[in-house]
Amino acid sequence: MRYMLLMCGEVAADDNAPEPEPVTGEPEEPCWMPWAREMKERGVLLHDGAQLQHASTATTVRTSGDEVLVADGPFAETKEQILGYDVIECADLDEAIYAASRHPVARSGGVVEVRPIYRW
Amino acid sequence: MTEVEEAVAAAFRAEWGRVVATLIRMTGDWDLAEECAQDAFATALTRWSADGVPNRPGAWLTTTARNRALDRLRRSKTEAAKLQEVAALSVPGEPAGGDESGVADDRLRLIFTCCHPALTLEARVALTLRTLAGLTTAEIARAFLVPEPTMAKRLTRAKQKIRDAGIPYRVPPAHLLPERTGGVLAVLYLLFNEGYSASAGDDLLRPGLSAEAIRLGRLLAGLMPDEPEAAGLLALMLLQDARSAARLDGTGELVSLEDQDRSRWDQAEIVEGRALLEAALRRQRAGPYQLQAAIAACHSDAVQARDTDWAQIALLYERLRRFIPSAVVELNRAVAVAMAEGPAAGLVLVDSLAANGELTGYYLLPATRADLLRRLDRKAEAAACYRQALGLAGTEPERRYLSRRLAEVGGAPA
Repeated sequence: MRYMLLMCGEVAADDNAPEPEPVTGEPEEPCWMPWAREMKERGVLLHDGAQLQHASTATTVRTSGDEVLVADGPFAETKEQILGYDVIECADLDEAIYAASRHPVARSGGVVEVRPIYRW
Repeated sequence: MTEVEEAVAAAFRAEWGRVVATLIRMTGDWDLAEECAQDAFATALTRWSADGVPNRPGAWLTTTARNRALDRLRRSKTEAAKLQEVAALSVPGEPAGGDESGVADDRLRLIFTCCHPALTLEARVALTLRTLAGLTTAEIARAFLVPEPTMAKRLTRAKQKIRDAGIPYRVPPAHLLPERTGGVLAVLYLLFNEGYSASAGDDLLRPGLSAEAIRLGRLLAGLMPDEPEAAGLLALMLLQDARSAARLDGTGELVSLEDQDRSRWDQAEIVEGRALLEAALRRQRAGPYQLQAAIAACHSDAVQARDTDWAQIALLYERLRRFIPSAVVELNRAVAVAMAEGPAAGLVLVDSLAANGELTGYYLLPATRADLLRRLDRKAEAAACYRQALGLAGTEPERRYLSRRLAEVGGAPA
């Protein structure tokens, strides 16, 4: 089965976002790397994944007839936003739940939505 | 009922879950499994009349249902996948179990899948009753006071989610087993309680559901002999069910535990529940169901209400609180403390519970407070609490009981 893990969590409003830490010396390993290694060892295949930029950079697009309606902001105005995603391939929902439960976002107060992907 | 009809009805109760569970494993198709199981029981009615009841009705029914599935899959063999299914079904004998947990009974796979946490609690309960216990959609709808189409939709959605989201059909592996077992036990106990004290409506008892819960609990305890909590739950349900006849008087009024006619308690259920509990406790792995059964057993042991070992019950609630850190458990402990040490000691605990606000809206909080105040002869305060409880109580008998108490302390009807 193929699943998308949607990482959701609260994000600070842009104005209050802390200044990014200046990078010195060797770049640190991204926080999701140990997770990716653990998944690989379990035979969970990572197809794709990315961290998304802040929700304030989102643009929503709708159409009405021939008109394209563009708006600023994410599709849902909630405190919790989609932070990133991973597409994984694994045996069943239990494996996908395990993968989600081990992800750094789930381990730091965020929520992971597990969605099966249609296979044609 | 003819002899054959009786045999089929008995086989239905004993074998339905097994036939469906096996067919789901073989076909991976829940609807097909149910339909073919139904067909097999219908066929049994005619064939058993002609040929006699087979020696092993379960095996006969499973084979018949499997052949029916085979026919149907052959007729619809449009996809390669179906052909593979047909090939798998054609293999004689039982395929190997292959669960990591080493448990192979299909009914156990079925119950763990029905009670998977990715399904809503309502769906888990309905699916368990439909596929494992064999209740019809109409029966389940009636039991939960929802229209039949609503229940049908609930069942369909649950089966769709199992298929589409990839919920595995298996007993969970060892590292998930304790947690998932807890989930299964919770579904069965919820089912029992739905039957034992209906949460809405006029019927305080819906014994059909309690009986199903006990039957499923017996099945689970048999399938998981190394899980003392499964035996603990069965013991708990039996010990509580033993009191059901005494719980209502001749006019349908609720009778409190201390006023119940203990000669009407079902001794066979008490003896069985006690034996199960003792065997479970010997394994030295206490859990919330064993502790609750132990509390129920304390009541069963008391020939008269005044013989009840309330100090022991208060201790058991103290231990239970470590497993279930809930305000309801603490409220029950307060009642036990009040009985063991006097109403004033209980009232201190109840008041601190009321202060933290967790039980706001729960009728047993003011009802308990009212009973303690009544015993302390603080009638006016007791009446106020009874009125408060009356505003929150769910079922008619509960409300009538509170009204009677209210009248006893001299309060005007609410």
